[in-house]
Amino acid sequence: MPYLGSEDVVKELKKALCNPHIQADRPRYRNVIQRVIRHMTQGVDVSSVFMEMVKASATVDIVQKKLVYLYMCTYAPLKPDLALLAINTLCKDCSDPNPMVRGLALRSMCSLRMPGVQEYIQQPILNGLRDKASYVRRVAVLGCAKMYNLHADSEVDGTLVNELYSLLRDQDPIVVVNCLRALEEILKHEGGVVINKPIAHHLLNRMPDLDQWGQAEVLGFLLRYQPRSEEELFAILNLLDSSLQSSSPAVVMAATKLFLVLAKEFPHVQTDVLVRVKGPLLTACSSESRELCFAALCHVRRILRSLPGHFSSHYKKFFCSYSEPHYIKLQKVEVLCELVNDENVQQVLDELRDYCTDVSADLAQAAIFAIGAIARTYTDQCVQILTELLVLRQEHITSAVVQTFRNLVWLCPQCMEAVCQALPGCEENIQDSEGKQALIWLLGVHGETIPNAPYVLEDFVENVKAETFPAVKMELLTALLRLFLSRPAECQDMLGRLLYYCIEEEKDMAVRDRGLFYYRLLLTGIDEVKRILCSPKSDPSLGLLEDQAERPVNSWVSEFNTLVPMYSKACWAAISSPQVSEPHGPEPSGNGVLSASGSLVSENKEERQPLCDSGSFLLLPNGQLTAEQFEKTWLSLEVAHREVFPWQGVAHPDTIQTALQMVNIQTIALSKAGVQPWKAYFSAQDGAGCLFLTELLLDPEQSQVRLSVKQSQAKAEALNSFISVLKTVIGTIVGIKS
Amino acid sequence: MISQLFILSSKGDPLIYKDFRGDCGGSDVAEIFYRKVTELPGDQPPVVMHHKGYHFVHIRHFSLYLVVTTSGGVSPFILLELLSRLATLLSDYCGSISEKTLSLNVALVYELLDEVLDYGYIQTTSTEMLRNFIQTEAVVSKPFNLFELSSVGLFGAETQQSKVAPSSAASRPVLTGRSDQSHKNDVFLDVIERLSVLIGSNGSLLKVDVQGEIRLKSFLPSCSEMRIGLTEEFCVGKSELRGYGPGVRVDEVSFHGSVRLDEFESHRILRLQPSQGELTIMRYQLSDDLPSPLPFRLFPSVQWDHGSGRLQVYLKLRCDLPPKSQALHVKLHLPLPRGVASLSQDLSSPEQKAELGEGVLQWDLPRVQGGSQLCGLFQMDVPGLPDPPSPAPPLGLGPASLSFELPRYTCSGLQVRFLRLTAPGTPGNTSPHTWVRHLSHSDTYVIRI
Repeated sequence: MPYLGSEDVVKELKKALCNPHIQADRPRYRNVIQRVIRHMTQGVDVSSVFMEMVKASATVDIVQKKLVYLYMCTYAPLKPDLALLAINTLCKDCSDPNPMVRGLALRSMCSLRMPGVQEYIQQPILNGLRDKASYVRRVAVLGCAKMYNLHADSEVDGTLVNELYSLLRDQDPIVVVNCLRALEEILKHEGGVVINKPIAHHLLNRMPDLDQWGQAEVLGFLLRYQPRSEEELFAILNLLDSSLQSSSPAVVMAATKLFLVLAKEFPHVQTDVLVRVKGPLLTACSSESRELCFAALCHVRRILRSLPGHFSSHYKKFFCSYSEPHYIKLQKVEVLCELVNDENVQQVLDELRDYCTDVSADLAQAAIFAIGAIARTYTDQCVQILTELLVLRQEHITSAVVQTFRNLVWLCPQCMEAVCQALPGCEENIQDSEGKQALIWLLGVHGETIPNAPYVLEDFVENVKAETFPAVKMELLTALLRLFLSRPAECQDMLGRLLYYCIEEEKDMAVRDRGLFYYRLLLTGIDEVKRILCSPKSDPSLGLLEDQAERPVNSWVSEFNTLVPMYSKACWAAISSPQVSEPHGPEPSGNGVLSASGSLVSENKEERQPLCDSGSFLLLPNGQLTAEQFEKTWLSLEVAHREVFPWQGVAHPDTIQTALQMVNIQTIALSKAGVQPWKAYFSAQDGAGCLFLTELLLDPEQSQVRLSVKQSQAKAEALNSFISVLKTVIGTIVGIKS
Repeated sequence: MISQLFILSSKGDPLIYKDFRGDCGGSDVAEIFYRKVTELPGDQPPVVMHHKGYHFVHIRHFSLYLVVTTSGGVSPFILLELLSRLATLLSDYCGSISEKTLSLNVALVYELLDEVLDYGYIQTTSTEMLRNFIQTEAVVSKPFNLFELSSVGLFGAETQQSKVAPSSAASRPVLTGRSDQSHKNDVFLDVIERLSVLIGSNGSLLKVDVQGEIRLKSFLPSCSEMRIGLTEEFCVGKSELRGYGPGVRVDEVSFHGSVRLDEFESHRILRLQPSQGELTIMRYQLSDDLPSPLPFRLFPSVQWDHGSGRLQVYLKLRCDLPPKSQALHVKLHLPLPRGVASLSQDLSSPEQKAELGEGVLQWDLPRVQGGSQLCGLFQMDVPGLPDPPSPAPPLGLGPASLSFELPRYTCSGLQVRFLRLTAPGTPGNTSPHTWVRHLSHSDTYVIRI
């Protein structure tokens, strides 16, 4: 932060610090030092008065000492040579009769982050470990960790480690906890501090002496301990029972995690624990601190994943109140839609319906999507509510409702009729890309049951020049072609116009290529179009894609009470994913793209052959697998190959599906375009009967795609051939997009 | 473990910055944090944020940001609890926590941080233990004056009728100690209940939630034993019943670790040895069944003339408190449809005030007596509606929310019967003054329209 005139300020401070009159007047001297600290906090570089500050450290005024040491710890890395001058004073203070001064000096000396300080601090630390004042011992124990981290490459000192292990039996509870922390850091390359049976039981016995922070941390360390027998396990759980009822949420959550981990083989104990922490969790959810409330809600969502009905009787606690910040409301809406059951569904839906008309468009849309999620179980009620919302004719509401309808029709085909009746008229109130795409898709796929579908699409075709989103244009092309198959008379003319526009006038290459592709496809005859466009669709009953499956408690317990649940899923994936190393995919050159897309379209059995035939490797065209079979096989197999490669543009399901069909890779399931995270599942079978199951996971933020392949027979050669075929096809599509 | 801790003003200026481990970037993290937090899109949860391998966790305390950075592997609950404990500690030591008091007390705050955290590990946060190490005295921005009666608070003291403690009496530093001996021995015991209520548009009660706590702020230097007697009919859970009356029932209670409960079962007495500073002795909550009627009922009626675009809202507010009690600072907040322009009002008494804020109607009632009924008629024009205007009222009207304070009243009926100190404070001093206050206030009180 550049502060104007900061140089003058520093000069003035320097002058004041040197002034003997000020030095003699203790309050004034201290005041000047305080000003230095204040400037330091604000980001002004005051390191140039280091010398004067070192002088100021030789004083009996302990407040002044503290301020000067704070200053030194901040600037020592910048002025290591000057900081060495202060070591003398610090060393002298380390043998001061006042334990407070000793502690302060030792702590500050260990916090000087500069090379070469190690030799000076070693002896004071060792003395500190045996000091009779617990305050100094606390400081010295952490000093060991600081000293070790300054020289992380140095050997671990065995005697020091032993000394720390013996200090675990210290009288002072804070020394005990600090020992654990220090050992954890020193031994981090060997897996951290070892918790064996005597240590574990010693810690358990000391629990009542510790304050809430100590308890929470010790509970975390105990996670490492594996009880030898069932009796011991339950003895430990009994000892810790009171921690579950602590008034500090941090202790309760740490205890919960410990219980869940220790009882990982006893699901009924886990359920029982989760029932018992319901009370404290709900208290935290309605806590006065918004942030705590948010953290608790995130953890409630984790629990609900395993025990969907867990909080159902407390659904009212998750109603939003007016004054809550946005991020809490959104979490609560998510929680609400996960805890509906037959008894409360009406109340929850009434509540959610109220949010749908909220002034905040985000909350309104979240509520609509939540109703959409509930609709998978309680279809009729929800579709009715959603239909009623259309009457309001608000842009953001209509758009969200239509998107919800699209997903719903796909998952629950039985509601198709109701949706089709509600659709007419929506087109007037949709402006955004997502909503338009959803509407166009619905009109294309279910156009035969919506009387005015061709006319609505015609409006879109008329205005295609003014359309700003390429994705909408692509959706329009596909939808119109589909509708053309079922209602040719009404669509032929405008399909022609649209194709003409896309091929001749469109600037966006992806749209133009799509238009060309369909045009050439049409040239091959209507039967071929039908075969490609109406090939078996991805199956909605596939649980993998939806990610809704109930998960066992053990699948998330390691993330419980960490920062992970606090991030949204997509956000955490972005944080934790490893960086892309080198793009592995084939570099699509301009010529390659053209020839590849050409061969894709002017397809013929003979021409197709070379594309999928690499050496002796051949994929069978009739390797049909049902969704259930696929899911079963997928879950039973290990991943044989994993890879990350870059990916640009929007993954369009239809293109991928069509392209892979050409090389006899069958699409089992695909997410809709633009859904995050976007997933796809494919299967294929080679001549020897080996099955290849593939998962694609697209991460739009990093523009990369994660590929995992599973194989029913372990054959490395076939696997490589399969991957190269798959990547050639995908590379081609990526090429088209980029 | 914690890497850095900093406190930012609402404008993003660093007031306090301390780097414990030197492993999470330089001192520009405060700037990065502020930029991230202000540039957030609306739907992202801002409590935790990620930047280049480390995480920001923060709370907002009034207008300040209290932030820690960590490289992970630590429980969010510990961090959040620590930050709010830190906020309490700072206001214990500095009197109150604001941009001004923090910058006046930089040395004191750093001293505190030094003792609370070492190398990013929490050492202790107990006021009692920290007291031994803190040498700086707090600088108070305004000298405290016990007899400044112009600022008499909303609640007087019940135990000592002759004296009235101003509301600011409790918001002074705990440790001013050395200079003014005279005010050393005050003990404040507050029973505070937060009420969150949701009433449906048909008048049915959708949700009632009372979050209560008993908070103690002690200025007594020595630890004498304190006995707090609660209402004898107090019972916990649905099954338990005590006494013959309706009883004072709560769903759940949790106590602070230092409270001894040996006399709780028999006589509803809490015993503890309080240290100086603030302490939440007991928290409780109660939902759905309130022993007394709700403090307020609102009867709205809305007329929408879609021909002329005129919206007429008639609000009738009934206060169902006992006639002797009253509600203070009652504010009704009614969001209005977008673009509402003129407001004409007709209120039932002159001390009320209504005005049009940004898209909201604000109706202020400084004082509402129990059992009374107040009403207001508001007429507004809603211009710029789409053609033709729909017969349904435009979006964005309601729900109404109320905020208020109910002095000397608890919704659950819980009262402190007595507060006794067994061993008097410092010898030679007058006996300590004890102030017991009861207060309910609205957390959210929402009435759908």
